[in-house]
Amino acid sequence: MSGLFAVFKKELCDHFSSYRFVILFALIAMVSFITSYMAGIHMKENLEALAKTRFPFLMLFSSPGALFSMIQFVAFFGPLIGLILGFDSINRERAQGTLVKLVSQPIYRDAVINGKFLAGVATISVLLTSIVLVISGFGLALVGVVPGIEEIWRLLVYLLISIFYISFWLGISILFSIFFKGIATSALASVALWIFLSFFISLGAEVAANAVAPADSQNQTKPEIIVKNMRIKETVSLISPMVLYSKATEIIIDPMRKTTGSIIMMGPMEELLSSRFQNPLTLGQSMIVVFPHMTALIAITLICFAISYLVFLKQEIRT
Amino acid sequence: MDADTIIETVNLTKKYNQYEAVSNLNLKVKEGEIFGFLGPNGAGKTTTLLMLLGLSQPSGGSVKICGLDPLRKAKEVKRIVGYLPENVGFYEDLDAVQSLEYVASLNGIQKNKTEEKINELLELVGLVQDAHKKVGAFSRGMKQRLGIAEVLIKEPSILFLDELTLGLDPEGALRLIDLIHSLNQDKKITVLLCSHNLHQVQRISNRVGIMINGKMVAEGTITSLAKEKFGVGEKEYSLEEIYMEYFQEV
Ligand SMILES: Nc1ncnc2c1ncn2[C@@H]1O[C@H](COP(=O)(O)OP(=O)(O)OP(=O)(O)O)[C@@H](O)[C@H]1O
Ligand SMILES: [Mg+2]
Repeated sequence: MSGLFAVFKKELCDHFSSYRFVILFALIAMVSFITSYMAGIHMKENLEALAKTRFPFLMLFSSPGALFSMIQFVAFFGPLIGLILGFDSINRERAQGTLVKLVSQPIYRDAVINGKFLAGVATISVLLTSIVLVISGFGLALVGVVPGIEEIWRLLVYLLISIFYISFWLGISILFSIFFKGIATSALASVALWIFLSFFISLGAEVAANAVAPADSQNQTKPEIIVKNMRIKETVSLISPMVLYSKATEIIIDPMRKTTGSIIMMGPMEELLSSRFQNPLTLGQSMIVVFPHMTALIAITLICFAISYLVFLKQEIRT
Repeated sequence: MDADTIIETVNLTKKYNQYEAVSNLNLKVKEGEIFGFLGPNGAGKTTTLLMLLGLSQPSGGSVKICGLDPLRKAKEVKRIVGYLPENVGFYEDLDAVQSLEYVASLNGIQKNKTEEKINELLELVGLVQDAHKKVGAFSRGMKQRLGIAEVLIKEPSILFLDELTLGLDPEGALRLIDLIHSLNQDKKITVLLCSHNLHQVQRISNRVGIMINGKMVAEGTITSLAKEKFGVGEKEYSLEEIYMEYFQEV
């Protein structure tokens, strides 16, 4: 335990004193500043409509403003935070010859991985929390909306899911830093995987769906085929952690949404439910809806860890 | 296993694919001795050390350190063994004191004892003046002395030193060798010393082993090896002459 804590402390100090962290922080602060500003302006212009919504504060995060909303931004570029914090965590130590020193101390080898991972998670938490605070402060100042208790809870859950999501990518990059001896190689591999899982899966999902159930907008395709097409597309794209995360956070941030699927994919009971109850979901209900997504995110993080342990614990460490 | 044997390997073997880096090594090191571990480049010395410490998995055979298996009892073995690798690295942006503090915390040494210990060690290795200099600005010799201090902070009963004096000036190397000798004498630390510098090994070690191509070709005191090679005589042979004799044979 003391070994884990020692590694954790050292890594945390390293993160917070590194240029990498400062640049990352500046970048994210800048982007969140812009998105929240855009969202704020956007909301001000549509104040009429806003009067009818029940959760104006959450719209600061979900309304796209000019380019993208905050939650879209985190979904797309959040992974990069995780990758940047972790891509060289083990192989840099190997390259500078400190890894062998570390593992010849009386600590368990997994304490090295865990300490580094937890320090990264702590850094991510600090980063994300400060972004959310920045946007909230902006919302207060710019549009004068005050968050209700439920909105604050929802934001906290959103924060938690985002931390899990980015931590998954941190786990991936740590795995790659164990796997690849070269720092540039592990960086490249992590980015490649990020691009693959975030962008290519959705393309692949489309291709797969069209191959199995070709839906043509010109010709009158049967509704079953269209439904089948949609269903395949949505199932395949769930492989992407980004899709998992986006669906989950949309539900959490927008209480009016009741399903992670599209309207067309609702089962009969769901349809009944949404027509009967026009009220927003309570937080508890929203959390039940996103529970499978959360579980999936945590599960893939754990798998990633299991592989890291397997590789690292057996590895010969010369330097 | 004899009562005073502290390191023992039985048929220890390491294969990289088909290549046998270490083959059927039977090594015994007694408590309190300085064992010189010699051999040409690529003989398998570092590989052996890694297996002794559980940093590399043997392909065959077994290791016992103080009766413990370094793979099963990794933590216990690493508590008693201090290992200074041949090209030891440092966190260049820490200073000497911070580096030692980190190693101390990894060893679970209590905070209140750490400072006193660090001062003691800096005194011992002669780095008091440079205590707050960044390690990145250290010379090779200073780094090596800091490495020794880091290894000693856990108060080991066994030291594995790989190429301790590589790249050091003659006077600095000698001082380091004498430091190891005095540690062995005063604190009864067992030392396994890998080196290419035969003069230094001859100066302090009780017994030596010569490894060539993964096999231990000779093991014993320097006089006994000389006797084996050159027969009994008046002349005292240097370790270098003995080594060359074994080397030419293979
Ligand atoms: N990861 C590896 N894969 C394949 N072969 C390896 C690996 N590591 C070491 N070897 C081989 O094992 C042999 C022993 O290497 P080792 O480092 O133990 O030699 P050494 O006696 O320490 O040499 P030196 O005096 O140069 O330090 C060498 O022939 C080396 O090429
Ligand atoms: Mg070597």
